[in-house]
Amino acid sequence: MLQDKLLELRDKALESIGSVSSLKQLQDVHVRYLGKKGPITEVLKGMGKLAKEERPVIGQLANDVRKAIGVWIEEKKAELEAGVLEAQLESEKIDVTLPGRKAQIGAHHLLASVIREVEDLFIGLGFSIAEGPEVEEDYYAFEALNLPKDHPARDMQDSFYITDEILLRPHTSPMQARTLEAHKGEGPVKIICPGKVYRRDNDDATHSHQFMQIEGLCVDKNVRLSDLKGVLTVFAKHMFGAEREIRLRPSFFPFTEPSVEMDISCFRCGGHGCAVCKGTGWIEILGAGMVHPNVLRMSGFNPSVYTGFAFGMGPERIAMLKYGIEDIRNFYTDDIRFLKQFKRA
Amino acid sequence: MLVSYKWLQDYVDLDGVTPEELADRITNAGIEVEHLTYPGKDLKGIVVGKVSACEPHPASDHLHLCQVDLGAETVQIVCGAQNVAAGQKVPVATVGARIGGGVQIRRSKFRGEESNGMICALSELGVDSDLVPKEYADGIYVFDEDVPVGADALPYLNLDDAILDLDILVSSAHCMNMIGVAHEVAAIFDRPVHIPAPDVIETDQAAADKISLKVEAGEKVPYYSARLIEGIEVASSPRWMQLRLMAAGIRPISNVVDISNYVMLEYGQPLHTFDFDAFGSDRVLVRFADRNETIKTLDGQERTLTKEDIVITNGKEAAAVAGIMGGESSEVTLSTNKVLLESAVFDPISIRKTAARLQMRTDASSRFEKRLDRNRVAPASDRAAELLAIYAHARVLKGIVEQGERTVPETVITMPWKKINQVLGANLSFDVIKGTLGRLGFTVKTEGDTIHVKVPARRFDVAIPEDLVEEVGRMYGYDHIPATLPEGSAVQAELTPYQKLRRRTERLMESAGLTQAYTYSLTTGDHASAYTVHPASEKQVKVIWPMSEEHAVLRQSIVPQLIGVVKYHLNRQMPDVALYEIGKVFIPKPGNPRPGEEEHLAGAITGRSAERSWEGEARPVDFYTVKGVLETLFESLAVSERIDYRPARRDGLHPGQTAEIFLDGKVIGYAGALHPKVQKDAGLNETFVFEVAIESLLRKSEPEIAYRILPRFPSITRDIALVVDRSVSAADLDRVIREAAGPLLASVRLFDVYEGAHVAENEKSMAFSLVYLDPERTLTDDEVNAVHGQIIDACSQRLGAQLRS
Ligand SMILES: [Zn+2]
Repeated sequence: MLQDKLLELRDKALESIGSVSSLKQLQDVHVRYLGKKGPITEVLKGMGKLAKEERPVIGQLANDVRKAIGVWIEEKKAELEAGVLEAQLESEKIDVTLPGRKAQIGAHHLLASVIREVEDLFIGLGFSIAEGPEVEEDYYAFEALNLPKDHPARDMQDSFYITDEILLRPHTSPMQARTLEAHKGEGPVKIICPGKVYRRDNDDATHSHQFMQIEGLCVDKNVRLSDLKGVLTVFAKHMFGAEREIRLRPSFFPFTEPSVEMDISCFRCGGHGCAVCKGTGWIEILGAGMVHPNVLRMSGFNPSVYTGFAFGMGPERIAMLKYGIEDIRNFYTDDIRFLKQFKRA
Repeated sequence: MLVSYKWLQDYVDLDGVTPEELADRITNAGIEVEHLTYPGKDLKGIVVGKVSACEPHPASDHLHLCQVDLGAETVQIVCGAQNVAAGQKVPVATVGARIGGGVQIRRSKFRGEESNGMICALSELGVDSDLVPKEYADGIYVFDEDVPVGADALPYLNLDDAILDLDILVSSAHCMNMIGVAHEVAAIFDRPVHIPAPDVIETDQAAADKISLKVEAGEKVPYYSARLIEGIEVASSPRWMQLRLMAAGIRPISNVVDISNYVMLEYGQPLHTFDFDAFGSDRVLVRFADRNETIKTLDGQERTLTKEDIVITNGKEAAAVAGIMGGESSEVTLSTNKVLLESAVFDPISIRKTAARLQMRTDASSRFEKRLDRNRVAPASDRAAELLAIYAHARVLKGIVEQGERTVPETVITMPWKKINQVLGANLSFDVIKGTLGRLGFTVKTEGDTIHVKVPARRFDVAIPEDLVEEVGRMYGYDHIPATLPEGSAVQAELTPYQKLRRRTERLMESAGLTQAYTYSLTTGDHASAYTVHPASEKQVKVIWPMSEEHAVLRQSIVPQLIGVVKYHLNRQMPDVALYEIGKVFIPKPGNPRPGEEEHLAGAITGRSAERSWEGEARPVDFYTVKGVLETLFESLAVSERIDYRPARRDGLHPGQTAEIFLDGKVIGYAGALHPKVQKDAGLNETFVFEVAIESLLRKSEPEIAYRILPRFPSITRDIALVVDRSVSAADLDRVIREAAGPLLASVRLFDVYEGAHVAENEKSMAFSLVYLDPERTLTDDEVNAVHGQIIDACSQRLGAQLRS
């Protein structure tokens, strides 16, 4: 009798669970069948009236039924929860093609990028970075560089003088003299010196009264012109591509002897001739040479013991060539549409 | 220096050497050939014709009807030139020919008369009209009688020539003349050079009997010579000379003038010719000018001289500014009969100074400035005399009147020959080195490993062993030198701590959205002293000759320059700008013309921090945007604890939105909004700026990282909301909280500021989150409550704060 009741209860519960459509309803079913005042508890209460040998049998059955209902409810619960999650996920769907919130990153100035690249290369070659004053003494700007006051390559009109003896440096070369002087006649000296320089030019597409230079100096016992050639080859390949070749042409600078001009094979046409190289296959990049003995001597180095090479280059020119920039004024106008193009430089 | 390929062959055999090859080899040996031009390259079909008949055009009063013999045929050509005449041999552009400017000649009709070609003026053949001799300037060119009819006309016009334009530097001044170039080219190709020796036929009468010479300015005029030449017939110079001068860029004038120019081009020695009858005396006195002495030079200008200038005088008045330009009064004219021919050496520096001061750079002065081959002073004079005798039918009086040394001592360089290899990094044999120097005209004597090298006088640029290294290197070719790396002691290199921190600062600014700018150091006087971190000095650092008022004074701050860049963008419809610059400012120093230099960091931000997006408007930047950027920087530099911000009033900035930034109690910068009035005047939107004396800051920052063990005990966080008067600042509360808390307070963070309906009108509420921690043990609530109580009491007593309920 009780047995039938329990089985009937089980079937009804299964039916109820099957018809449930929400977690709330399921909770009701749970309370209804398994709660403290539920029918199974009722059945168990009535067990006292049963025969002694029947009790364990009915007790076992009641437990089985309770367990079975519990399992079904859990199963149903999992099923319903999965459905709820599904619905939630569906409702949380977004348009992943909408733009994200980007961090605003500013651009590094192209000239700063070029200078940093050169600095890093030369640090790797054992050169330190020396920086010096932009307002210079005439002595360091010219005299100590073998350009005495009456030298024909010297023209007061080319520089911004503040007094007869003080001027805005027209090149970074004063750092050659200053650094040598600081080393008190003892090599090795290996520096590069990037910085701003100033000349009395009218600003136009190819001239700027303020521009950048990078000076290089290497003084030691037994430094040779071939070493200059080697270092410049490394530089050219690093900056302009591994296929670049260099060529040194004789030239003249008062502070070097011999003096050379360095060309690289054209990176646009590979040397066949194009507009960039004006049909020659070569592009002039920088001036260099072996440090003039007078320069060494004046800054306290003995030219019969020490030799050295020096070079000077223009970051603007390098950048203009590399990216085909047409007007040097772009570097100082600071138009963000210009600057941001070189974020990755 | 323009070098004619044809003329050069007078001195060196260029057989088998094309102009291109010549130009390449000269360039590679050290004198840059800037341009190689073929003046006749666009011309085609120009022949020599003979005008057999010339009659007026029946229907025109200025055209001529010419029958022109072209050798194979005679054609009719209508010609408008005034100087055309029967019997002339002329350049004719035949039908189908191409003349200058790519114009093609067609058969045509002029007022009913057929014209089969064109008789050409030089300018129609592409010759620069400034160079055409006066006699042909307004008409056709006329050949000499001996030119064959029907022949290609170009060789007779030197339009089959190639012109090399050499860039002459101080080191290559020896190539500022044809003979010098000839020596150089001969050395490059290892061919002999032929320099013709002038042959002067002199009269019996000695020049010294007619003129006397005195040089008073001896230290600046080491040598002066004069010849006297009489019976001159001034006329045109021969056509070959005219063509060579034109190729060199000099306009032919007359035989006398042309000859002195020609010899200058050939020998490099500038000469001057005075009309002796107009000279005014028979005494040549070379002296320094008197102060304010004046002379009217050949170009018609009145020149005022100084005591530094050298003049050639007749004993009284100046007749020439030495080495630069002659005077108008003794200029050679058509009626000149006698000429005083000067060949001299003047001090290069003197000439340069005078030429620069008088702004009178001439072909002569540019040569004197770069020094001359002393051994050519006399031969040049002889050469001019020879040519005047031939082409002006003149009589050359015997001898030269001279003062000074005609030659200079020889330079001998002594050095170990191996030094050449050592400096070049090459491995040349002694024979190669000796041979190379020999080709260049150096004489090498050997003494063991030492060489004594005698330098030819024309190579006045060579004086020290390194010069010989260069001579050998450039002839040998740097292409043949290996590429090596320095072998000396290995040197470890790295950025200095300052350089590293500066790079970090740059990265940080860029991560914060600011783009790096480079602006000019020279600016206007107004801008130079505005927005300075420290009070601007009254004194400004100005350049003597600014190119413009825009760039005349060295800046003491960067902000005005960045404001300019912001304005630039605004004018171009770019209202959102965030920029920074790290660069030098120049601080005037009392009693010192050289300013102090230090690097500053400056920034300017305006508009919105991001573009408008699909989520709505981005937030406009404000004071706290700028301050946040700086706080991030200071934190990265580990100086936050030493920094504080205090409200400040500064020129050009908003009085309520400006903070001065202090490091260890000293001002190192500021941040603020531009004053609304400044913004309005400049047409700017709301703009925020900052400037920090970054160099001194970076040099004082401690980049080392001090590691602290992670706390093993839990912290306790308490929030506190305080109502204070509006005049109380966040910094005030922060300070009092920290002072009152003692060691258990680990951090304080402001997380809310409220002004409005829930507090009194003159009050505000500020809420802080306080974290308490004891690294040694777990804190109890009682301990924290005690400290928290102390804080509330202190805030209440010292700042009148009340706990917000
Ligand atoms: Zn190319």
